[in-house]
Amino acid sequence: MARVSFTNNLQRHLSCPTVDVGGDTVRTVLDGVFAANPKLRSYLLDDQGRLRKHVKVFVNDCVVADTAGLSDRVGEADEVFVFQALSGG
Amino acid sequence: MAEKIYVASRKGLLEFGEAKGGWTMTRASFVGEPVSAVLPDARDGTLYAALNLGHFGVKLHRSEDGGKTWNELPAPAYAPEPGDKGNGKDDAKGGPSVSLIWTLVAGGADQPGILWAGTIPGGLFRSADRGESWALVESLWNLPERAQWFGGGYDEPGIHSVCVDPTDSNKLTLGVSCGGVWISADAGESWQLGGTGLRNEYLPPDMAETRVLQDVHRLAQCKAAPNVIWCQHHNGIFRTDDRGINFTEIETARPSAFGFAVAVHPADPKTAWFVPAVKDECRVPVDQRMVVSRTTDGGASFEVFSDGLPEGPSFDLVYRHCLEIDGAGERLAMGSTTGNFWVGEDGGASWTLVSNHLPPIAQVVWGPGN
Repeated sequence: MARVSFTNNLQRHLSCPTVDVGGDTVRTVLDGVFAANPKLRSYLLDDQGRLRKHVKVFVNDCVVADTAGLSDRVGEADEVFVFQALSGG
Repeated sequence: MAEKIYVASRKGLLEFGEAKGGWTMTRASFVGEPVSAVLPDARDGTLYAALNLGHFGVKLHRSEDGGKTWNELPAPAYAPEPGDKGNGKDDAKGGPSVSLIWTLVAGGADQPGILWAGTIPGGLFRSADRGESWALVESLWNLPERAQWFGGGYDEPGIHSVCVDPTDSNKLTLGVSCGGVWISADAGESWQLGGTGLRNEYLPPDMAETRVLQDVHRLAQCKAAPNVIWCQHHNGIFRTDDRGINFTEIETARPSAFGFAVAVHPADPKTAWFVPAVKDECRVPVDQRMVVSRTTDGGASFEVFSDGLPEGPSFDLVYRHCLEIDGAGERLAMGSTTGNFWVGEDGGASWTLVSNHLPPIAQVVWGPGN
């Protein structure tokens, strides 16, 4: 199972503790996360299921390349990190 | 009921209450978060707030206790387009996604629970269950003319004005920037393009009056005479007496006809207020002097009020949802991009600064009972 953790900035809006989830792509892993935490979906994905423009997901130390299809591979022992770009003032 | 004004701002939803010493902030919700729209629903006292979290998308919240506590609801959203996930790199490609809830509007008094949401990129959404679920109004979305809409200030077009006729809740008039005026007589089942008489000077001459390209900045409908709707347009001020089909340009406005906001007296369709700015390419008050203008004769003449407004150089711009008249037609609330917030007395003849330390303001609205 992959371990998925989230930026603290998300915790301001809703609870999203680190979880271990099955799946072999970013899409299937995130779907597993959303199954247990459905409100989280709209915070990370837009209406079409694409990664939001300013949300970044890393699999270990590689940023996810397929931000629309989320087809990047995730292995059993991988760690998935969900961040957001910093901006504004 | 104590008077309240809600201010949707770049850094929170701010509630102001009137006490003996004047207006003071009585509550701040969603501190630090951009609030794009607020709706105090006079039908049942519910408060709705639309957030634009930027990184994390648009959100909708509802409060049953006047803003003490909030519950998140599903936000309006487009249905996923099967098999269309863009090109894998560029999320500008592929199907639509709501980027802003620009306006939240209650349905008619005879339509409990019905809400309308005007959004960017140009979708009108309807809820029949107090925001628990939303459906895109596909009759509007699927109009072939929508392909000609374009963004004005934002990358994509948006619906900022939803006028629900108080005498017949099925009659809707929409303002789209940039996409003209759209009218429905059957609660959104079908749509007619209005806006004859509007003109965009900046378009090529042959297209200046093309109705579907008009940049309507704001529509304000008179409650007592709902066929009368005032329009602050990119190109000037217009008024319709037939609910949006035909417009007459008002050419007497001073010190300018450019602006975003308009408010109309709830009982007198000839009285309306505006906040003039220089023009489209210089969005500051004329001579950097902040004023509010009012007509009481249907646009034949205008008075200009400055009492209580900044005397020195001012760069305040009042956005389209930031000037609102109360239910009695006596007092106005006004907020600016510079974070100044005023209440106008005596029909706008004199103004009191409530705060000049607020974030940029997206909307002001009087509380229930106003």
